[in-house]
Amino acid sequence: MLRGAGSAFTAVLRRDLMLAWRGRADVLVTLAFFVVVVCLFPFGVGAETNQLRAIGPGVLWVAALLSTLLSLHRLFAQDHADGTLEQLLLSPEPAALWVMAKIAAHWIVTGLPLVLVAPGLALLFDVERDALGVLTVSLALGTPILALIGAIGAALTLGLRGGGVLLALLVLPLYVPVLIFGAGAVDAVLGGVGASAHLLLLAGGLLGALALAPFACAAALRIAVE
Amino acid sequence: MEWESWSAFWDMGGAAAFVWGSYGVTAACIVAELILLFRRRSETVRRLARLRRATPPGRPAPGVSEETV
Amino acid sequence: MRDLDNKDLRGRSLLRFASPQVFYPVAGRLAPWFAAVAGLLAVIGLYIGFFVAPTDFQQGDVYRVIFIHVPAAWMSMLVYLVMAFWSAVGLVMNTRLSFMMARALAPTGAIFCFIALWTGALWGKPTWGTYWVWDARLTSQLLLLFLYLGYMALTEAIEDSRRADRAGAIIALVGAINVPIIYFSVQWWNTLHQGASVSITKAPTMATTMLMGMLIMAIAAWAYTIAVAFWRVRPIILERERHTDWVGAELERKGSR
Repeated sequence: MLRGAGSAFTAVLRRDLMLAWRGRADVLVTLAFFVVVVCLFPFGVGAETNQLRAIGPGVLWVAALLSTLLSLHRLFAQDHADGTLEQLLLSPEPAALWVMAKIAAHWIVTGLPLVLVAPGLALLFDVERDALGVLTVSLALGTPILALIGAIGAALTLGLRGGGVLLALLVLPLYVPVLIFGAGAVDAVLGGVGASAHLLLLAGGLLGALALAPFACAAALRIAVE
Repeated sequence: MEWESWSAFWDMGGAAAFVWGSYGVTAACIVAELILLFRRRSETVRRLARLRRATPPGRPAPGVSEETV
Repeated sequence: MRDLDNKDLRGRSLLRFASPQVFYPVAGRLAPWFAAVAGLLAVIGLYIGFFVAPTDFQQGDVYRVIFIHVPAAWMSMLVYLVMAFWSAVGLVMNTRLSFMMARALAPTGAIFCFIALWTGALWGKPTWGTYWVWDARLTSQLLLLFLYLGYMALTEAIEDSRRADRAGAIIALVGAINVPIIYFSVQWWNTLHQGASVSITKAPTMATTMLMGMLIMAIAAWAYTIAVAFWRVRPIILERERHTDWVGAELERKGSR
């Protein structure tokens, strides 16, 4: 049964990655949005280097958060539209399993690029080199949490008119702790305090989200589809 | 606790705007909530009664509005 | 799963109140009493707050805002927990009325949340100089308001009442689990950033009369919430159960008045 479960996971994961590759323009848009949002802030707050350095980590984190939010619709919408979702829900495999596979594929395709690009963008804000590593790790731990929590919201708002804005309203308060510890980690390392506490909390949050979110998401999908 | 006079009471040691602004808005919220509540109730009763009159008993009501409740 | 809404469910168990038909008249009879208790306690609480409690040594008379601010803040959190509770009960026991109660409670909780924020801001200005400080308690209160708004927006956006109830239940539960996490993280964030160093609601030396006043107002707010929830759930019940005979009879009764 374990082998069966493993192959169900990889099957869904591979399928979603393949579909994302075929529609990769969609995915690149998320990355482009991330870059654009980050670049907006200097125009809003002024180009003074010290100020930008101070707000840099926060800006990157907020932009990553908003980009994640915008990309969530593609998690279930396509499968819902063509009936695949119902088929998956009918299958004997536990729903939490293939839900986790879908979220993993989604993160690989939308979250991971953000993590890889963020250090480069951080240079626009003259963030110090030592902090870049922590920034990357915080995003690497945090963006999966954002994807997991966001998936619950995406499942709840599946097919609703005005779903995108509603999704944002539902999910943003839940995102705040991740934002606090993620951006806080970078600020901590810049302040000389060390980011281990923040990163450990993020890691704990990720484990918790991995354990709970797929089930909540599966329950929400059943409710949305039946 | 005795206030020196009614005007001292209303003045609240100079913080009148803040204190009465708080209590005033709270009272307004409560009144608004109650008014909306009772209006919602009478509208619902009226609408449902009208729908019932429109359908003879024993048949399902026609396309009842999908107002979410 | 037994159909707990079956009106033939006899017996003296409390479960019979899970039937909307049984609960409807009970709520109608009890609500005015709770409202009366709320009104009476509010009068007593306000009397204590304005005429018995002394002027504060540091803050003068503006502190009297706490007689609304603190009870509102407490109620906003309590109502959310109760909402989450009924959501869980509804999901587990499949009782429609539980979901209806959660929907009925939400607006009142949101209003208390708003009142707590508003009064907090008006208390903050003369005391700390600004209308808003990113104090841990106020910030958590703000996020709680967003959780309420999210719940209400989601349940209103879904047309099918069964899906709306269950989706709302899930977001209410996810929110409830996150409330302590949010509170903890905001506390952490607040102390590290050294914004406002002291919480507005901290009052280390509070005269007994002040506490009494707050407590009485809190109970008044609780009784008010119950009355309003009962009054709000009744039209919801009528709407949901509109195809049943007993609702037909009820509507006839009201029409002939």
